[in-house]
Amino acid sequence: MLKFFFTRLLQAIPVLLVVITVTFFLVRLAPGGPFDAEKAVPPEVLKALEANYRLDLPVWQQYTSYVGDLVTGDFGPSFRYPGRSVNELIMAGLPASAELGLYALLVALVIGTLAGIIASLRPNTAQDYIPMSTAMIGICMPSFLLGPLLVLVFGIWLDWLPISGWGDMPGDKILPSITMGAGYAAYIARLSRGGMLEVLSQDYIRTARAKGLPERVIIFKHALRGGLIPVIAFLGPAFAGLLSGSFVVETIFQIPGLGRFFVQAAFNRDYTMIMGTTVFFAFLIVLFNLLSDVIAVWINPRLRHQAQGGH
Amino acid sequence: MALLKVTNLKVWFHTRNGVVKAVDDVSFSVDAGQTLGIVGESGSGKSVCCYSLVDLIPKPPGKIEGGTALFNGEDLLTCSAQRMGEIRGNDIAVIFQDPMTCLNPYLTVGEQLIEPLLYHRGIKRPEARLQAIDILNEVGITNPERRFNSYPHELSGGMRQRVMIAMALIAEPKLIICDEPTTALDVTIQAQILKLLRELQQKRQVAVIFITHDLAVVSEVANDVLVMKNGKVVERGTTAELFANPKEEYTQKLIAAIPSGVKPLTESVPKATPLLEVNHLRTWFRDYSVGLFSSAALKLERNIKAVDDVSLTIQRREILGVVGESGSGKSTLGRAILGLAPRTAGQIIYDGQDITQYSARQMKPLRRKMQMIFQDPYASLNPRMTIFETLAEPLLVHGLANRKTVTAQVLELMDDVGLARAYIRKYPHEFSGGQRQRIAIGRAIATKPEFIVADEPVSALDVTIQAQILDLILELVNKHNLTMMFISHDLGVVRYIADRVLVLHRGKVEEQGITEELWAAPQADYTKKLLGAIPRFANAGM
Amino acid sequence: MVAIITNTDEVLASAEQGTSLWSDAWVRLRRNHLALAGLGILIFLAIVSLLTPWIAPYGYEAQNLALGATPPSWQHWFGTDIFGRDLLTRVMYGGRMSLMVGFVATGVALVIGVLWGTVAGYAGGRVDAVMMRLVDILYALPFMIFIILLMVVFGRSILLLFLAIGAVEWLTMARIVRGQVQNLRRQEFIEAAYSLGLSRWRIVRKHLIPNTLGPVIVYTTLTIPSVMLLEAFLSFLGLGVQPPESSWGLLINNGVETMEEYPWLLIFPGLALSITLFSLNFLGDGLRDALDPRTSKD
Repeated sequence: MLKFFFTRLLQAIPVLLVVITVTFFLVRLAPGGPFDAEKAVPPEVLKALEANYRLDLPVWQQYTSYVGDLVTGDFGPSFRYPGRSVNELIMAGLPASAELGLYALLVALVIGTLAGIIASLRPNTAQDYIPMSTAMIGICMPSFLLGPLLVLVFGIWLDWLPISGWGDMPGDKILPSITMGAGYAAYIARLSRGGMLEVLSQDYIRTARAKGLPERVIIFKHALRGGLIPVIAFLGPAFAGLLSGSFVVETIFQIPGLGRFFVQAAFNRDYTMIMGTTVFFAFLIVLFNLLSDVIAVWINPRLRHQAQGGH
Repeated sequence: MALLKVTNLKVWFHTRNGVVKAVDDVSFSVDAGQTLGIVGESGSGKSVCCYSLVDLIPKPPGKIEGGTALFNGEDLLTCSAQRMGEIRGNDIAVIFQDPMTCLNPYLTVGEQLIEPLLYHRGIKRPEARLQAIDILNEVGITNPERRFNSYPHELSGGMRQRVMIAMALIAEPKLIICDEPTTALDVTIQAQILKLLRELQQKRQVAVIFITHDLAVVSEVANDVLVMKNGKVVERGTTAELFANPKEEYTQKLIAAIPSGVKPLTESVPKATPLLEVNHLRTWFRDYSVGLFSSAALKLERNIKAVDDVSLTIQRREILGVVGESGSGKSTLGRAILGLAPRTAGQIIYDGQDITQYSARQMKPLRRKMQMIFQDPYASLNPRMTIFETLAEPLLVHGLANRKTVTAQVLELMDDVGLARAYIRKYPHEFSGGQRQRIAIGRAIATKPEFIVADEPVSALDVTIQAQILDLILELVNKHNLTMMFISHDLGVVRYIADRVLVLHRGKVEEQGITEELWAAPQADYTKKLLGAIPRFANAGM
Repeated sequence: MVAIITNTDEVLASAEQGTSLWSDAWVRLRRNHLALAGLGILIFLAIVSLLTPWIAPYGYEAQNLALGATPPSWQHWFGTDIFGRDLLTRVMYGGRMSLMVGFVATGVALVIGVLWGTVAGYAGGRVDAVMMRLVDILYALPFMIFIILLMVVFGRSILLLFLAIGAVEWLTMARIVRGQVQNLRRQEFIEAAYSLGLSRWRIVRKHLIPNTLGPVIVYTTLTIPSVMLLEAFLSFLGLGVQPPESSWGLLINNGVETMEEYPWLLIFPGLALSITLFSLNFLGDGLRDALDPRTSKD
């Protein structure tokens, strides 16, 4: 298992390297220099600025030194916020984003799997149709539409919940978490329903029934593990989706998180910040893909067996 | 008093296309210590009948429409779901057909084994474990302490079926329903499992209902037999009586359909001119599937010796039977000869030409002469082509027909294989298995080939259909002077159809010879074991 | 499908016409009222989009500053925005853009994905391993971020948007097609076709492609909504379609700014987007059930 984990970890390195390289050269390809927009800067100041950001060096050296800095965990200084490093900015935005992501993931997993399991127990009845139609609405209602609508209804018309901020007022975390988690809850509901239906039609469930096991044992002990495999496989992509969802949700609810920083950096052409957050996001995505793979292998004895170096 | 007495059982399925009377007015009874065999072809209702007793049929669409099933005086059909939960696994156990899919892959064998004890008897885990190890021992699993913690995929098919039997026995039920428990197994494994079941039954004096399509198996294990067809009981009686003196026409037909007896030697085989010569053929598969992780994938890069140094010759107008169990390489051998599987080494000489290195272009004229019939008539026909398109394609591709004559030729082919002409515009999914196999045979003989590889052409079919297709094949072989390599796991079928037999085991030839000589005096140990494992009629006087 | 025209024969005349899998699927689809409704709505939307320049009630740029934002009325069914522009007209023009992005980018994904998947699945062995490894690596990349990066760096052109979205979506298509082809290649009817001496091209054309079509159609139907969502998402962030062009995502973005005072400016574009996504998803699900009844999982 440990060996499997490390080999997968090693495989993540080329992916990260591709991300870093593509990001770096993409940004260098951008037309115009980073300081073009500033008002006439005296040449000597410009020179000092360029030296500060290593822009005076040949591109190749810029690249190697950037990669070198990344290895030591240094994302470099920000273009737009002089005196602040990208690391500081990331660290400033991370706590709120991480918390939001966690809540959203919880919303998605808990509501999604429960709805999916409930629907799968009585397929093609009201118990199936009601949660699944709701899930379909969730899928067709993107977060940038759901968020404003929730704000409109619960924040403005009903005035039950605060409509912006993060941790400033009681209850201001509810709407963003639901906005971000709802779509994934819907998707997970469909996945877990499908997975459960598939497993419940397997011969080994019939075997369990023939043994006279109680229904709850059949569902929770025999069916659940296999039934949730599609959900676990979806966790990696879901995490990547939550990240991009954070761009929108943090903008709508004015949450000082990484997603909003990234969008702002994109508009401000703060290149080191864009590069830094991109690489950081990529790192997180790769990490979560790895985690979901490891869980998928760990939960399945057959794969676990192979991973342990068996035949 | 009978342990189980079923009277006038009716189970109907209410589908969109109408009501299917899966079980229609069936009555039977079983006593303790006795075995009732229920025999029937697919769709006869034999499984539904037994599953409905323990509430294992899907409801809806299934519905029990009437009847009683008294088990120890209690009606199984009307008891509550909770009571049924107590009976299942405790008083009545079920052993299913396919041990590969019937064990939960996510739980250890031991965990699944002790469940009846945990949930029915309230026995605690450590105690249950001891009992489980005992019973694993009893069903002949070596090293039961270790196997207790194994996962199903770590066991072979035969071992898994032993585990299933242990699981059925562990709560000491009074009745065991066995649904085709050996059908998915190789013949030698089948013999072991049947022996085990018989011994355990005698020791424990349980009642057994044994569902199977295989008459020979039933004659070995059952005291009484029930023959079912289309949901109805056709005939019943003691095993000895029923097989010695079947009264109903359907039963007689079933028994007659079992391939039996010997094919008369074809005398006109001129020995001097072999049509096909295979020398030292090897097919090794290299397993370079990119695994989950590349470093381990390198380790997986090993050779699987599917066919390992096989030499054979087939004379003109001869049928060579190739016999082997699963994994023996018999299918790969047939495919490698036709160039459908890779050839690692060896030489293939067809009609005097060495075709080993032939390119696809060079092979094309030969393809017309060498054809193949596949096992699964559901998979071997393109589901999106009509019968006409399927049969016309080889004729047109090889220039054997033009657009004007093709219809007439297709119709002639359909006559040849016994398909009604009116079906010409139908699609494969509108046909039964037997009819599909006729289409596939028609496609194979369309180009008037000389040599046909038939890979288990009848093993997916019911026994009466199987007999028809075998006779069709024999008829066509005679009519068109075909030479055939007939691959099968079923020794009875091979004996019925083949002039000579080749026994394959793990990619190597164990033995070959004239069919009857080999049957009378097998030389290799493996052949002896194989022949000894065939279930035989107790009274059928074969 | 019937490539061969048969001569007249009384047998043929009396032979019953079989039901192909396609007509079977159509019968199943017709029973699925939700999917049919989805199909109907999509056809309606497509016609409206094509005819928009001729049937739109007002001009696209026509402003009426004196009127300002008004709620829905008989003159303006969807109301007007702060410049007094007719919202229905703008939603119609926005729909043209959203649907076009959906279909064109899906087309890009379809072409790349089908080609890549077919080649990998058909070639098998090492070629397949290398090609699919590449897909795996690309899969692990944070594409959404790259698209944003592309839009930032190279400016926000629609062509780039098509290419970028198509470049993300082809990966799944390639996986599906490759799985399907690989599965089919093991089927005995392909082996049978080979042993009949058919040419490779004929096998691909007559036996392989017709049988992969079902899943491809289903997945295409399900790709369109996810592409439209991606476009709307980017436009919402201000990184996709740029004014004076319009799309539903952009309209929603504008609507959010003033939703407190003029909620209809958010609700109507949102409704238009959601109903379209609904229709596509229901149609996709229905097609999956109809074309491949065994694999209808979720």
